[in-house]
Order: sequence, then structure tokens, then C-alpha cells
Amino acid sequence: MPLFELADIRFGYPGQALILRGASLALHEGQRLSITGPNGAGKSTLLRIMVGLLRPDAGRVVAFGKPRRTEAEFHEVRRRAGLVFQDPDDQLFCPTVAEDIAFGPLNLGKTRAEAVAIVDRTLDRLDLMHLRDRITYKLSGGEKRLVTLATVLAMEPEVLLLDEPTNALDEANEARLVEILQSLPQPMVLVSHDARFRAKIASESLRLADGVLAPDPAP
Amino acid sequence: MGHILTLERQTLSDTGAGHGGALARLDPRARILGACAFAMVTVVCSWMPVLVAALLMAVGLMWLSRVPVAPTLRRMAAMDSFIIFLLALLPFSVPGDTIFTLWGFAASWQGLALAVEILLTANAVVLALLSLVGTMEPVTLGHALSRLRVPDTLVHLLMFTIRYIDVLRAEYLRLRQAMKMRGFRPSTNWHSYRSFGYLVGMMLVRAIERSERVLGAMKCRGFAGRIPLLETLAYGRSDALFAAGLGAALLALFAAEIAHAAV
Repeated sequence: MPLFELADIRFGYPGQALILRGASLALHEGQRLSITGPNGAGKSTLLRIMVGLLRPDAGRVVAFGKPRRTEAEFHEVRRRAGLVFQDPDDQLFCPTVAEDIAFGPLNLGKTRAEAVAIVDRTLDRLDLMHLRDRITYKLSGGEKRLVTLATVLAMEPEVLLLDEPTNALDEANEARLVEILQSLPQPMVLVSHDARFRAKIASESLRLADGVLAPDPAP
Repeated sequence: MGHILTLERQTLSDTGAGHGGALARLDPRARILGACAFAMVTVVCSWMPVLVAALLMAVGLMWLSRVPVAPTLRRMAAMDSFIIFLLALLPFSVPGDTIFTLWGFAASWQGLALAVEILLTANAVVLALLSLVGTMEPVTLGHALSRLRVPDTLVHLLMFTIRYIDVLRAEYLRLRQAMKMRGFRPSTNWHSYRSFGYLVGMMLVRAIERSERVLGAMKCRGFAGRIPLLETLAYGRSDALFAAGLGAALLALFAAEIAHAAV
């Protein structure tokens, strides 16, 4: 049984032509998919549909074995699948790094002590302990990216969805990110333009063009 | 966070925290409550010697908080520029014994007294606020307000402002630079007005889109209307001392005012 199954998804932003015209995708346990495609092809849109931030006009989203249609049904999906946004500034909104990482676990009903323990464990695992009490708006671009990954990993997701994670990363930080992602056990869907980066993380590659997903001819 | 009032330093990358002297070690809540109590007592009082004493107290707080004197006084003066017209007009609008006549309008001693009273009150309150609350890291202010049971919505509003004001500013600067690179020089013509209109409009659109993305990111992490804060504020002995000292001084001011009014 696939973790995620999108069948014949159609979606258009209000007042615009359809951007997805029957896209289908299945993500299985242990699988790492990458998605590429031209700008504006709907790659980020697809990830948003997977976690219910956008609702498709037509088509079926099945996640973790259940069809998902309503907001309430997607709550569980968002708990079990972690989406790393394209712009870290969209994701880090708490004053301090520790608070931002604790936000998810606390929402899941963890106590403060448990949340603090999760914060420390996550930062320790990513070797980011030195950023613990920093103020989020004062982090550098690379630090912000790594912290957004920490905020998502703190929720212990079963699946990772990554939207252009190498955006605005220098070589050192990109190498660090590759190292971290390679060490993670989760299945992933990775949206990236960077062919070398895709090759390091994902084993299979899909191409989104004209609103349809197809195996990438040149991975 | 008083540094936001002057433009010479970059907003929020320098938070104004760090200095603060003896007052910086106090619990932020004690400092906020102290500033509020000070403001209330000063606004209620109207006897000139009491107001002068209050202003001196505020100067004392400024000295205790070790804020740089010149910029702090400049910020205080910036506030005065908002009330200068009110103060200048008061002698003419309040009836009473005439001091002099200007173009047929009589200035009164009573009006002048009222203007001085307002000037003293406003400056004392602002100076105390700059010394006690202005030296706080903005984030700490948010935490303290939240612990003081200020409604969550207002605290969230403050926190989001702190978090995103710099992002918005960077966006504005990028757009402005892009305009400059294409030879835009603002002047007094329709092209300039229209271009600034586009700039403001574009920033609004981007801000709305960003707010939607932020909400999406929050939902992804199970947001349900509450942002939990992890702070460890605790009242200590120095806070009690500060509260007792300030309380006694304010009580003395208030007693002097009452005694004068009773005569």
C-alpha cells in the first residue's frame, strides 16, 4: 500500500488556467522521488495538495491508506508528513529557534518538558545546538534552512516533502544538507532544479510538464 | 527597543538590548508594570513641583538603565515634536490673565501653566518608558506581555511584527534598488507617484501572499490558535526591591499631590 497516492489531480488557481491536468503519483515505503519541471509547472502546488493546504478541483488524494478530502482528514496527514517550504522565512515565525522547533511538538500535545527534550535531541542530531537560543530573524540563509528542517524533523514525520531545499545555500551548507538528508530514514518527495543534488538524494525522478507527471527521460 | 525610533541604526538587527545596566537584570514584567505605574501617577498629578520631581525620577531611571544619554534624549524630543503645536496654542486657547497679545490674540498665564504641565508629564512618562521598557529585547517584551495576561491576539500581533518587519524592509529595499538600477529618481511628477504606488501595492500583495504561506506552514505543524512560548521568567529579590523602591517613590509623589490639593 503506498504512503501517498495522488490520482488524476486537476487544479487551477482562481481566475487562471489549470496548472495540474491529471497528475498522478504514488510514493511507497522506502522510496525517494524527485520532481523536476519548468518554473510555474506546479511542483510546489503539488506538494501543497499532498498536505491539504490546497484542495484539488478534481482527483483523489489518498494518504496513509485513507482518502483525504476535508480539513479534519488532513490534520493527521500534516502530522505524519513534514513539508519543508521553499522560503525559510515562511516557516520560521517564532522568536527563537528553540521555540520554533518546540511549536510542532507542543501542538501535538507534548508537555513543555517533553518539547524541550525534543528540541535538544533534534538540534543535537543535526549538530545545530549552537543555534538553540538564537533569534530566528538573525540567522543566516543557510542556518535558516537547516533550522526549518529541524522544525519539521521535530514532529518525527514518516514522510518528508522538500520544496527546493537548496535555494540560496552555499556549497558548505548544501553539502551539510545532503549529508543530513542521506542519513534520514524517511521516504521523500524532493522538488529541485539541481540535477546533481537530485541524484544524490533521490533514486527515481519524475518530470512535471503540461500539468502531467511522467518519468524523467534524463534523470 | 527604543532604537526603532531613530533611523541611524538598522531596525532590529541591533535590538537595543545588551546595555541596560542594573535595570537590565530585573524581570521584564517588573519593568513593564513599573513603567505603567509611573505613567499613571504622573498623569494623575498636576502640581508643578511634583511633575518636576517625576521628571527627575525619570532621569534617574535613565541613569540607572545606562542607556546612551544623547540618543535617548533625542528620541524623547522626537515625541515632543508631535505635541509642539498643541503646546504652542494652549496659552492662546485657555482664557485667563493676559501675558501678552499677538495679532489680537491674548496669551494667558493659565494656558502657559497647562502647557508646561503637559510638557513635563509627557517627557517624564516617555523617558521612564524608554529607560525601563525601551532597553528590552523586543522578543522579551512579547514574552513578558504574554505572561502579564495580555490577550494572545495582541501578543501574536507583536511577535509577528517583530519577526517580519525586517523581511518586509528587506523586500522594500530590494524593490527600491531594482528601481534605482533602472534609473528611477524620485521627483515631483506623476511617474514618481505612480511608481511609488506600484511599490507599495507590490509590497502589500507580497505581504498577503507571505502571510498565507506562513499560515500554511503553521497549519503543517498543527497550529490550532495558540503559539506556545518557552520562556523562564521568575521574580526574584532584586525585583521585589525595585518594586518597593519605585512604589515608595511614586507613593511619595502622589501624597505630595494630595497634600497640595487639600490645602
